Amino acid sequence: MAEAASLKKLPLDPLWRARTSKFGDFAGYDMPLQFEGLIPEHMWTRQHAGLFDVSHMGPCFLSLPHGDHGDCEQRHRKIAALIERLVPGDIQGLKLGQVRYTTLLNEDGGVLDDLMIARSLEPSFGGMLYIVVNAGCKHDDWALMQSALRGQAELRVADNDHSLLALQGPSAEEVAVSVIDPSLAALSFMQFKTLLVPAVGGLRITRSGYTGEDGFEILVHNDHAHALAEALLAHPEVKPIGLGARDSLRLEAGLCLYGHDLDPTTSPIEADLAWIIQKRRREAGDFPGAKRILREYELGPARKRVGIRPNDRAPAREGVEIFKDGKKIGVVTSGGFSPVLNGPISMGYVEAAHAQPGHVVDLMIRGTPRSATIVPLPFVPHRYVRKGKAQ
Amino acid sequence: MSTRYTKDHEWVRMEGDVAVVGISKYAADQLGDVVYAELPEVGKSFAQGADMAVVESAKTASDVYAPISGEIVETNAEIASQNWEIINNAPEAGGWFVKLKPSNKAEFDALMDEAAYADYVKGL
Repeated sequence: MAEAASLKKLPLDPLWRARTSKFGDFAGYDMPLQFEGLIPEHMWTRQHAGLFDVSHMGPCFLSLPHGDHGDCEQRHRKIAALIERLVPGDIQGLKLGQVRYTTLLNEDGGVLDDLMIARSLEPSFGGMLYIVVNAGCKHDDWALMQSALRGQAELRVADNDHSLLALQGPSAEEVAVSVIDPSLAALSFMQFKTLLVPAVGGLRITRSGYTGEDGFEILVHNDHAHALAEALLAHPEVKPIGLGARDSLRLEAGLCLYGHDLDPTTSPIEADLAWIIQKRRREAGDFPGAKRILREYELGPARKRVGIRPNDRAPAREGVEIFKDGKKIGVVTSGGFSPVLNGPISMGYVEAAHAQPGHVVDLMIRGTPRSATIVPLPFVPHRYVRKGKAQ
Repeated sequence: MSTRYTKDHEWVRMEGDVAVVGISKYAADQLGDVVYAELPEVGKSFAQGADMAVVESAKTASDVYAPISGEIVETNAEIASQNWEIINNAPEAGGWFVKLKPSNKAEFDALMDEAAYADYVKGL
């Protein structure tokens, strides 16, 4: 109990506690793990809409000082250039309202965290970026950003006075339109918008998520978070979803969990994330660890992240070793049960020679080798909603 | 007929000379929907506390320990044929895991009875 007392509480803790007693430590936060049950919550999110409290994560804003002149585009390029020192993504090239998934890199090209970077849809916000990093690394990430800004821009963290709610699932648009604002129907997946809603104040909304479904992630001030969450939960298509189902949803979607599928030794190329390095950055080679990353991009990495389907019913969880002809070729980094496929699924890293889909390998589960097949990711197709091009 | 329990949430019930073993309702509820289970082979012997079986839910994998020492004489055909729902639906009846022939009856007598286990679970 002493341990639980030292955990940080979510701002909406009482709201969730009224609905479940199943809480657990994640990244130092006492998080709701499960409400109705992992599998029913998972399926509800795939068929309707789930509401996740992800306020443990690290939302922040980077902005140029007020005296900094220039038009919207110039100001955007200036602030984007500062953050590009840390990531391989083309942040200067973000269009108005565009969101990009990228990674913070160390000098060896290893991943320090994965994150979302958004540029406002409104030209008046030129010179401001909205960034969300992972809970477990947020303080290190912010220190790193602070040093990269070299005093030329301001970092403002928003995790103390805001909540971050993720509304995910095929009904998310219908719910967001009726509960929050009709204009959200026009937002495309991976777009960002600032909204002023009379009942719940200013909202920062990205059409994004980490379940493979359409959805919205909403940053709301804590003065209004309770009212917003209650209003969303009052919609018949919405149920609260715990961290347990969040993990099985992201695994089915083939998305990486930092600290498991990504770590400081893993490069984006090994992680099969070459698509996050846009052409301009690849050609310039001006990001940390570019030498290793570009070499792996050209020649192929020594190991690669793959999807794995066990050929029987036994789940292969993190740490299970992968063998071929009696020789160890890799390790599982995430694994469990897929409610949609009604069977076990895993992700892991294997030597590149064994990474092609269809390849049969052995998973060493409790000392017994069990047959499994390498498969393409995602396990369950993404259903993101794109409304034509970002403007 | 008395049922005894371990701190690891196995139950044991004597049926004549044979001990029936499963996981408690508390354990099954904590696990959630069982998605996989692995039973030992008939004829294998286990010391008290040894890993005997595995039960997995979507959430986690749990070892099932031998609550008392003995030799496996039967395993639950329902579970062996992947009818795992029975573990959630009837954990302390049809969802039994194995039957074993105890090698030391005193181990059974030393386990918690139903009232002691109920108190133990309340304190968790």
